[in-house]
Amino acid sequence: MMKSKADEEDYWNSSKYNAFTFDDADDELSALKETKKAVNSIGPLLAEDGEEDWERVSWSGEPVGSISWSVKEMAASNQRADREPAFPKISTETPSLGKSQSGISLSSLFKGETVIRSLLGDPSLRLYTPELRKPKSEYKDLVSDWSAEETVQRLQQGKGVTLEKFRSLQDKLLLLDLAVAAHDGNAITAVLIYLKRTLCKEVLFRELESRQTALRHFIHYLTENREQRLLLELLRALGRTEEAALLQYKDYKNIADENKRRDFLKSCLSLQFGGEDGNHVQDHYTLLERQIIIEAADRKAEREGKLEVFQKFPRKASILNMPLITTLYYCCFYHYNEPEQPAQRPKQYFTTALAARAKLKNWTDVDAMFNSRNWLGFSKKKSPLSFQRVVDILQKNSAPTRVLQEYVGLVSDAELRIGLAQKHKCHDIVINTYRDMKDRQQLAEYRKKVERGSAEERKIDELLSNQQIRWKN
Amino acid sequence: MAHSARRDSPELPDLSLLKRLVRDQLIYLLEQLPGKKDLFIDSDLMSPLDRIANVSTLKQHEVDKLYKVEHKPIVSISDQICFLIRPRMQTVKWICDVVNADKAAGKFRRYKIIFTPQKFYACEAVLEEQGVFGDVTTDEWAFYLLPLDEDIISLELPEFFRDNFLAGDQRWVRTAGSALHLLHSLFGPFSKVYGIGRCSKMTYESWREQVEQGEQKARHAEIGNVFLIDRDVDFVTPLCSQVVYEGLVDDIFRIKCGCVEFGPEVTSSDKSIKVMLNSQDKVFNEIRNEHFSNVFGFLSQKARNLQTAYDKRRGMDIQQMKTFVSEELKGLKQEHRLLSLHISASESIMKKKTKQDFQELLKTEHCLLEGFEIRECISFIEEHINRQVSMIESLRLLCLLSVTENGLLPKDFKSLKAQYLQSYGADHLLTFSNLRQLGLLVEQQPGETLTVMESKVGKLVNDRTAVKLTDAFSSLAKKSHFRALSKKLNLVPKSDEEYDLRVPRDMAYIFSGAYIPLSCKIIEQVLERDGWTGLEEVTRLINGHEFAVTGADPKSKSDAQRIILVMFLGGCTFSEISALRFLGKERGYKFIVVTTAITNSSRLLEALLDNNV
Repeated sequence: MMKSKADEEDYWNSSKYNAFTFDDADDELSALKETKKAVNSIGPLLAEDGEEDWERVSWSGEPVGSISWSVKEMAASNQRADREPAFPKISTETPSLGKSQSGISLSSLFKGETVIRSLLGDPSLRLYTPELRKPKSEYKDLVSDWSAEETVQRLQQGKGVTLEKFRSLQDKLLLLDLAVAAHDGNAITAVLIYLKRTLCKEVLFRELESRQTALRHFIHYLTENREQRLLLELLRALGRTEEAALLQYKDYKNIADENKRRDFLKSCLSLQFGGEDGNHVQDHYTLLERQIIIEAADRKAEREGKLEVFQKFPRKASILNMPLITTLYYCCFYHYNEPEQPAQRPKQYFTTALAARAKLKNWTDVDAMFNSRNWLGFSKKKSPLSFQRVVDILQKNSAPTRVLQEYVGLVSDAELRIGLAQKHKCHDIVINTYRDMKDRQQLAEYRKKVERGSAEERKIDELLSNQQIRWKN
Repeated sequence: MAHSARRDSPELPDLSLLKRLVRDQLIYLLEQLPGKKDLFIDSDLMSPLDRIANVSTLKQHEVDKLYKVEHKPIVSISDQICFLIRPRMQTVKWICDVVNADKAAGKFRRYKIIFTPQKFYACEAVLEEQGVFGDVTTDEWAFYLLPLDEDIISLELPEFFRDNFLAGDQRWVRTAGSALHLLHSLFGPFSKVYGIGRCSKMTYESWREQVEQGEQKARHAEIGNVFLIDRDVDFVTPLCSQVVYEGLVDDIFRIKCGCVEFGPEVTSSDKSIKVMLNSQDKVFNEIRNEHFSNVFGFLSQKARNLQTAYDKRRGMDIQQMKTFVSEELKGLKQEHRLLSLHISASESIMKKKTKQDFQELLKTEHCLLEGFEIRECISFIEEHINRQVSMIESLRLLCLLSVTENGLLPKDFKSLKAQYLQSYGADHLLTFSNLRQLGLLVEQQPGETLTVMESKVGKLVNDRTAVKLTDAFSSLAKKSHFRALSKKLNLVPKSDEEYDLRVPRDMAYIFSGAYIPLSCKIIEQVLERDGWTGLEEVTRLINGHEFAVTGADPKSKSDAQRIILVMFLGGCTFSEISALRFLGKERGYKFIVVTTAITNSSRLLEALLDNNV
């Protein structure tokens, strides 16, 4: 937002939004700190028995007795047990039945069962069936001859239904259309599950094509049920090749091995992607191919300990599967001065390389990035990025004031330059800018901010007493 | 807030009733499975469950051990296992694995699945397919509504948004209808229902059917009016950075189920603490709706008052001191703690926000809302992407750009998408595909420039052909004619006017005076007009599905008529709640917000990434 940089201060100071800027943070923050101090200093009364009306919390901050807390405790106590083999092996022991049947209970059905079971003396005989609890009327419901309307209504109410009687295509579709008309996703999916089981794909797909709501439910059902193959068939049958391509491409996430993943991506290149997506997948493939080469070489170099940079800055993670810009950063960090360098350096490259070299505190490289010579051979600092941004990047990588100063000085807008210079304590720049602006008042004001008896103070005093400057105020 | 509430502001009904009801129901369900049992809980149900019951409630009903559902083999040795889950096929599949593994091991137990808030046929189909139908009993726990505060109720169903709006799956419509039905039978009868959006319409229908099927007891209404609104009616508002205290706390620390966890940076100790944020917290209650710039002033004033109150004890005699300690001290101490906590939280917010150029970010957002200096905004976003600043934040700005500009120019779209993929990874191809499907991030189609034309034409010619033409276009362009809406509803106040955030004059204060949230503005307008008359242009731009229905005749102008239940289908933000509270104070209403989940820009966009499923 280069052009508007200049307006920025204006914007915040004159527009209706000025009431609040986070840049006033320093003042606000110090005020806040004062308040905090004040609050903390109030009455030693509190120090004594300060804990009483806080909720009791565990070390993790969960209130003791809360469910989340209890589950965590359980997980912790189970940590050792966790490592036992996946599903337990067959045990010959018969599970002991729950002994304590005390407690308040609204239903005593299960108690009865336990009695029966112990009477039979065979705990493995599982006599209980949940259906037994259902009232008789419900039973009747299940066998009754419900119409399509009634069936859908029962589905909506979560009651049991039998769909088997809807055998003709016409009946099936009627059922589906009624479910759609009821706007009940659960009922729609229920009917679809039945149709999927009882219709061949060709017919089902054909009928869904003209029923968009049902179709979307079906696609979602297949996605959730992880029926990838059928879903792909469906999308292709509908001519939705772009979606099918993306769906297939997405599968790369399930391939952990990088070489297999690369090969898989290569196989995706022939898919019919929409728009530019084909190119993006191509880029993805090329990137991974490169990353595999870099990773192999660097892992070796790191192990052999020949390159100093790997020892000084050990790699935190493998570069495999990282985004392009991260890979670029990595290369600018570890392989900057190697012969193979891009001829063109777009802004994206510049930003990333700058951050990488700054992170290494290699200020010579940083400096060199900005050098350009004009036709007379004079060198001039140029940047595809605004110098304000450059300062920001450098400062985030904790560049020393000496380095920062150079780039702060290059910020073209005076107000912005002063702001940055003040922030980064580049006194010279502030002083010189005020001098150039002939702003005596501001300069006098700034005098209060520099250290007493410092070189800066002396410089300001000299300027202020300089008769030759025509101050504007 | 500076202005005092209108004196005749009606009293809110007691929502804690909802908690008692579901607690009793849970206990009943647990008793259906007598004897000791281990309970497995879906991780996203743990916090909601914590709000209505605690471990001792469960223990009293013979729950032995509690586990989190983790889709791993289980270690429980209990012979009765109960699963308390959301109705999701993958969870049911896992349960089937558990049962089948037990079977293979010759281990016999009782299993029960309690689906909440309801079961789905597809889940039971999984039980059948996996051959465990009958081995496992199922039940439903109708835990539809969790009151998070005296005026906020959540369905705690964040997946509602993705399922309904992205996948087009209407499985939750009935759920929303049932939730509304529950509120209707407890606090109704409602006399008016307004709504906008496809899902709202369907929810209304579902609710109406349930009312018809059930029996309605005549009772004294406590809630008179209802407003249903789909999230996709307004995507702009949840994409904006929140600057009201509660919203800001949610954006930064993430409020979960009405509770926030403040880390060591706030507590200035090595442990985190969890704090409930609601109207019970007297300090929070006074700052939650405030623009962040007012919070400091408020807190320091509060600190001074506190000091004065403490100072009173100087020069007291023993008797006075005794009264002071027994009557005032506890309250003061409580306030003191809360005050320190919110001061530290504010401090931490300031630090975080100054670090990430929040000011520039806000400026970009305001420009996008105003439609001003779009080129500069684009290059700001570009730089954001190039520097790999937060992936979600970049996506948020891209979406805000697209939604406010009605799509990106093809050239910009191509270049920004390419740069995005380079910075954050090629797998975001899928994210882009989702965002396009939802209409959140789209490329302008050559035909779409016509819509701008056509909306002008629409004003001049108002015959049927124009309407037809419009329908054809709006189905193509789907959402957002944000600029036209903004003009029509005056969403962006004129920038040459001063806006004093200390004395807010309208709902725009929640976005620093830069923008009145569209969702809330629609609600305001419809309530003011008692319907949609005069808003035809607006509903046309939003793509319709509006309705206003009158039900039971309100007996008199009772207080209930000024209690308005607003149901957000697909989530609402704390900023919107603050805006409605403000509106309520101005107009003498009280709003109760029902939402499928509390959302914000991060949650909204994270739901659209393709790393799940």
